[in-house]
Amino acid sequence: MAKSKKKKSKSPVTLDFAPAPESTPVPLRKQYDLFIDGDFVAPSGGSYFRSVNPATGKPLARIAKAEDADVDAAVKAAREAYENGWQPMPSLERGKYLFRIARLIQEKSRELAILESMDGGKPIRESRDFDLPLVAAHFFHYAGWADKLSYAFPGKNPKSVGVAGQVIPWNFPLLMAAWKIAPALACGNTVVLKPAETTSITAMHLAEIFQEAGLPPGVVNIVTGAGDTGAALIEHEGIDKIAFTGSTSVGKKIAESVAGTRKKLTLELGGKAANIVFDDAPIEEAVEGVINGIFFNQGHVCCAGSRLLVQESIHDEFVARLKRRIDTLIVGDPLDKNTDIGAINSKAQLKRVQKLVDSGIAEGAEFYEPKCPLPENGFWFRPSLFTNVSASHSVAKEEIFGPVLSVMTFRTPAEAVQRANNTCYGLSAGIWTDKGSKILAMADQLKAGVVWANTYNKFDPASPFGGYKESGFGREGGLHGLLPYVSL
Amino acid sequence: MPFSLKSPVPSIDPVGLEERASRFTKRSLKGESKISGLKLAVSMIDLTTLEGADTKGKVSHLCQKARMPMPERYDCPPCAAVCVYPNLVEHAVKELEGSGIPVASVATGFPSGQYPLDIRLDDVKAAVAAGAAEIDMVISRGAFLEGDLARVSDEISQVKEACENAHLKVIFETGELQTYDNVRLVSQLAIEAGADFIKTSTGKVSPAATIPVTLILLETVRDHFFSTGKKIGVKPAGGIKTAKQALQYLVMVKETLGEEWLSPELFRFGASSLLSDIELQLGKIADGNYQCADYFSLG
Repeated sequence: MAKSKKKKSKSPVTLDFAPAPESTPVPLRKQYDLFIDGDFVAPSGGSYFRSVNPATGKPLARIAKAEDADVDAAVKAAREAYENGWQPMPSLERGKYLFRIARLIQEKSRELAILESMDGGKPIRESRDFDLPLVAAHFFHYAGWADKLSYAFPGKNPKSVGVAGQVIPWNFPLLMAAWKIAPALACGNTVVLKPAETTSITAMHLAEIFQEAGLPPGVVNIVTGAGDTGAALIEHEGIDKIAFTGSTSVGKKIAESVAGTRKKLTLELGGKAANIVFDDAPIEEAVEGVINGIFFNQGHVCCAGSRLLVQESIHDEFVARLKRRIDTLIVGDPLDKNTDIGAINSKAQLKRVQKLVDSGIAEGAEFYEPKCPLPENGFWFRPSLFTNVSASHSVAKEEIFGPVLSVMTFRTPAEAVQRANNTCYGLSAGIWTDKGSKILAMADQLKAGVVWANTYNKFDPASPFGGYKESGFGREGGLHGLLPYVSL
Repeated sequence: MPFSLKSPVPSIDPVGLEERASRFTKRSLKGESKISGLKLAVSMIDLTTLEGADTKGKVSHLCQKARMPMPERYDCPPCAAVCVYPNLVEHAVKELEGSGIPVASVATGFPSGQYPLDIRLDDVKAAVAAGAAEIDMVISRGAFLEGDLARVSDEISQVKEACENAHLKVIFETGELQTYDNVRLVSQLAIEAGADFIKTSTGKVSPAATIPVTLILLETVRDHFFSTGKKIGVKPAGGIKTAKQALQYLVMVKETLGEEWLSPELFRFGASSLLSDIELQLGKIADGNYQCADYFSLG
């Protein structure tokens, strides 16, 4: 960071990156109210909570805490909009609104990316190059489907479901909102969305975009708050369909509370993905892919490749390469364009990561982290890895949801499959080999919703995403993503 | 033809390689680091003229430019070397006398290399005898594409011998080898056959140097360093025309090989028009506004 001009005999310059922060003239408000029936309204209980910038630990804004009465008002508004506006509307017209929203997101993508990084701690490079383009792409994709539903389900007569209650996590706040809202609206449903407590800000800016696009009042309502607000939404009788993305433990509770009701349910939960590297892999690209697979968004990714299964014959060399690469990662200010790894989303999450890492060390796994300096304030964790991990260690089994990789070995493809599938999760997996036939044979046997080959964390709105086993059920994205929002 | 290398040659995944390469273009260099980066780039340029129309006069201009690219007040370092055809080596050596700037010469039947080996070796010997301190040879792409790796390797060794004390840069002409796997293979082969520097292109074939191709060269050099402790230099040539591009290459060198390679001894740019754009940028930083190109001296 320092503008050092050290004169070494051989290397006259060090080419340090000077800080290159994004300027932040963004329309950050001091206070965000609830978005109900097309208007921003104060919460009935009058209470607000703080949203904190995880990179500084300082509060950014006050967020309204929705009470049961507010959730009730939001569901009623959504029902009214469903019955008397959105559902009867010709599907072509619904599609036009979605196209308009997508274009507005593109226009405002810079400020939304900055807000996303300020509120969530992710590097601006990711919010700018990954999150926002995909958010717009999802709206564009489902805008196209709106008037073509009968082609998606030939011979059937797809009808909308009603009011969807949607609860989303804090790791990709806007992107998860887009994944949920876009297909719901395209199929003619209306929505009550509950963003995560620590990352509500961009959802409220999305609400402003809905207003600007002229979306009829009540079609999308956004209620902010913590877990109890989410519970009130999920248990509300006026909800026809629930979509939840978040932890497996909360997902199980939701499934229990929904059991025996008419509500449709899809869950996208945790993961502990295996990234399998064979000895014939393109090694340099595999290193890069494994790094991207686990450290993308500080490891706050449900499909993160958190278990590296590397063929025993190349283990030592591969780990040496990984360590060298980890040493070059730049950890720091999320708004700096040169930052590779940003801040941990919240104090609570930092504690959870630290606790699991401590247990890994106590259980005898070898811990490696680079020596990079960390900012003084805020919530930070160095990108790190465990070697000498056995399958019974907690760092090999539990979802850490932080920038921590666990490295294990295998001997044969059959053993790789066995070890990869030896988990209660099944969201994603990665295969690295130069041999096409091996990719196909492996992908066939892996119990994971998404299998990436010689790449990782690739997303496209046309491609379905979802889990096996305790990673949940139902698919989001693509044609498959329409299914949870229609009744056939 | 049985031929084996000492070190394994890993396969390359094009998608992953290009993705990694694009990351280097997104780094942001500002302020002091930008200035020192641009000056470093100047000190790494092999200022080159390789035209049929080259004359002593043209080479004289180039040598003057290499000695002092910009007026003194800009504090701009001299270029790394001047690179010419063998016929003009003697003249260039005379022009650069006392400056410490070496003369590099292309040789071995540049740019095609399609000549009998003894003629190509004589080409090298003549250039060295005329005073060239660095030789930029071209490999036999025909032999490589025929699969005759032994011949390619053998030729490099023989050229190395003919170089005596001159530094040997081996040009692959990656635009003709085409696949990334070929580039990785030929890089390893050239290093094991005795190259001091490995170089992407002649500048006569498009595409010349690209960031992904240069990344493969850097990665091969890095892996060779970790297995043997020997440091090999890298020279992308052709197609690098802007200061911005040059900085992206330097970022790539730093992040792949570390700061030790940020030196003209281990990294060079083969370029002719790059210098003018760097001058423009340095002038802008020093004077606060862009000057018309007329204010900068021609090479």
